[in-house]
Amino acid sequence: MGQFMRTAWLVMQKDLTIEIRSREIVSTTVFFALSCVLVFAFALVRDGRTVVDAAAGILWIAIAFSGTLALGRTFERERYTDTLRALMLAPADRPAIYVGKLLAIVSMIFATEALLVPLVALLFQAGLFAAPMLLGGILLTGTLGFAAVGTLFAAMLVRARSRDVLLPVLLYPITIPVIIGGVRGTAALLGDPPDVAMAQFWIGLLLFFDVVFIVLSLWTFEPLMTE
Amino acid sequence: MNDDFDRVTLSDVSRHFGRRSALSHVSFSCAAGDIFGLLGPNGAGKSTLLSILATLLQPSAGDVRYGDCSARDGGAAVRARLGLLGHELQLYPELTAAENLRFFARLYGLRDIDARVRHALGQAALADRADDPVSAFSRGMRQRLALERALLHDPRLLLLDEPFTGLDQGSATVLIARLRGLAAGGRMIVIATHDLDLAEGLLTGSVVLRDGRVAAIHADGMAVRARYEAAVRPRAAAS
Amino acid sequence: MRKSFVVWLGVAAVMFVVAPILVVRAPYESTMGLVQKIFYYHAPLGMMMFRSAFVSGIAAGIFIFNRRAAADRVSLAAAEITVLFGSLVLITGPMWARKAWGVWWQWDARLTSSLLLWMIFVAYLLVRRYGGPGSDKLSAAVALFGMANVPFVYVSVNVWRTLHPKTSVVPTLQPGMREVFWFCVAAFAVLYGVLLALRVRLATQQAEVERLYLELDDQSELS
Repeated sequence: MGQFMRTAWLVMQKDLTIEIRSREIVSTTVFFALSCVLVFAFALVRDGRTVVDAAAGILWIAIAFSGTLALGRTFERERYTDTLRALMLAPADRPAIYVGKLLAIVSMIFATEALLVPLVALLFQAGLFAAPMLLGGILLTGTLGFAAVGTLFAAMLVRARSRDVLLPVLLYPITIPVIIGGVRGTAALLGDPPDVAMAQFWIGLLLFFDVVFIVLSLWTFEPLMTE
Repeated sequence: MNDDFDRVTLSDVSRHFGRRSALSHVSFSCAAGDIFGLLGPNGAGKSTLLSILATLLQPSAGDVRYGDCSARDGGAAVRARLGLLGHELQLYPELTAAENLRFFARLYGLRDIDARVRHALGQAALADRADDPVSAFSRGMRQRLALERALLHDPRLLLLDEPFTGLDQGSATVLIARLRGLAAGGRMIVIATHDLDLAEGLLTGSVVLRDGRVAAIHADGMAVRARYEAAVRPRAAAS
Repeated sequence: MRKSFVVWLGVAAVMFVVAPILVVRAPYESTMGLVQKIFYYHAPLGMMMFRSAFVSGIAAGIFIFNRRAAADRVSLAAAEITVLFGSLVLITGPMWARKAWGVWWQWDARLTSSLLLWMIFVAYLLVRRYGGPGSDKLSAAVALFGMANVPFVYVSVNVWRTLHPKTSVVPTLQPGMREVFWFCVAAFAVLYGVLLALRVRLATQQAEVERLYLELDDQSELS
C-alpha cells in the first residue's frame, strides 16, 4: 500500500512539476474556459441582458469543456515523448500510475475552477459564495468524478486513431450524471435561501459516483492499457 | 522465483493485428554476454518484436521465456530486469537531466538514488549539464541520457530500437564501446537496427526478419551486410 | 444454421403476425384513445433495450478481464441491438408524447434515461468504427462504464425531473390490456434472442475468415 501511494505521489508530482514549469495546460485551459463563459453569456440573453439563472449551467459546461481539453493535452504530452510506455514498462503498480495521473489532472482543473468560479459569480451576479463549504464539496466530488472517467479514457485513447474527437464522444454521455449533479447542486446553492438539503443530496450522489467509478477504473486500468 | 535470468528464448512467437500478420513463427534465443541484432527492412516486424520482448505487447501465439519464467507469469519482477531504449527516447523535455533520472529511479523503487544518478550522469558525460532541461539537449546527449536511464536499475536484458539514428560518428563509437562493456559484464543486449556497417563487428549473432518471418539466423557477427543482403534478396519469381 | 435457431425464428415471425391483431383488438384506453396502443411496442422495446445494454456491459467486462474474443463479439452484437431498439424507443416515445401531451419531447425521466443510454452505445459503435486498432478494448470499457452508469443516470434524471411539473404517466393496465402487453413483451424477447444469435454468428464467421486469411498467409510463405 505504501509503495502504491508513493508511486502515485511520484507520478502526480512529476506531472505538476512539468505543468508549473511550462504553464501550458492551465493557462490555455483557463483562457478557454473564459471564452466558453463569454460565449454563453452572449448567447443566453433575455430582454437584452444575460439570463443569470444560467450561471450554474454555464459554470459546469465550462468545467466540462476545459477539463476535456486538459485531459487531452496531458496525455498528448505523454504520447509525444512516448513516456507512457516508459511508465508502463516500469515494475510499478499500474493502478498507482492511474491514481497519480488522476490527482494531477484534478489539481489542474481545480486551479482552473479557482479562477472560473469567482469569474462566473462576478459576470452573472450569482451568489456562489453563500455556502462556500457546500460549493467546495460539489466542485470536489464533481471534478473528481469527471476526471476519474476522463483519465482512464484519455489514457486508453493515446494509442487510438481520431483520439481528439473520440474523447468528448466517450466522456460526455458517461459523465452526464456528474454534470446533472454539479449543475443542480450548484443551482440549489444559488437559491434564496440556499437549498442545503438538495445540495447535500447531490454531493452524496456524486460521492457515490466517484467511489464506483474510481474503483472500476482502478480495476480495469491494467487490462485496458496492456495488449 | 528467481528474478535473474541469463537466457531469453522465443518459441514460435506470432503476432497479428486483425487480418495483418506482423510476426510469424519467430524463434531464437540469446544468452548473457550476447549482443544480438534484429535486422530487416522497414515493416519487417522489428519494433513489434522488441515490444514483445519488453512485455509491452503479448504474442498472439507462442511463448517468450526469461530464464525459466514465462512472460505471462513474470509480471513486475520481469519488468524490473528489462531496460528499453526506444526510438522516441522517453524522456521528459521539461525536466532536467538529473530530474529525469531521479524520477525513473524512484519509479523503479531503487535505493541510493543520489549516488546512482551521479554515476549515471558521469557515464553519460553529462555531469556538468545535470540541471539543464532535456529540451536543450542535442539528440546525442539525449540518447546518452536515455541509455543511462534504461540502465539505472541494472537490467539483465537491454533492448535498443534503432539506437544509431541521428548519431554522429563520435557518439556512435562511444555507444558501441559502452554496449561492448555492458555485454562483457554479463548482460544480454538486443538491438534492432538498420545500420549494418556499425553493426558489423559489434554483433555476436543476429536474426534477419522479413515480412514478420525469420529469413535467417546467424550465430556470430561476421559479414553482417553480406548475409543480410542474401537473406532479403527478392525471391526468384515463381513461374 | 442450427435447427433450434430456425424454430425460434419461426416463433418470432408468428408472434409478430399475431401481435398487431391483438393490439388492434385490445380495449381502448379511456383518456388517450388510439395513441395509447403505441405503448404495446414502446414499453417492451424499452425493456429489451435496457436488457441489451446489460448484456453488452457484462460481456464487455468478461472480455476485459478474460480476453475471450467470443465475449467481445456478444458485446458488440448486444451494443448494436441496444442502439437499434433504442432508436425505435426514441421514435415511438415522441409519437406518443405528441398525442398525449401535445409536445414531441418534454424531458420525461424514462425517455431521457433511454436517450442517454442510447448515446452511450452509439459512442460504443463510433469508437469501434473510428478508433483504429485496439478499439475493441476501448469500446468494451465504454459498454462496461455505460452499464455501471445506468443507476446513476436513472436517479439523477429522476431527481432532476421533479423540478419540472409534468411527470410521465404510466397507464394502469386494465385486465384486457395486460395479456396483450405481456404477449408483446414475449414477442420482443424472442425477437431479441434471434437478432442477438444472428449477429453473434455473423461476428464469429467474420473472425473465422480472418483466421483463415492468416492461415493462408502462413501456408503461402511455407511453400
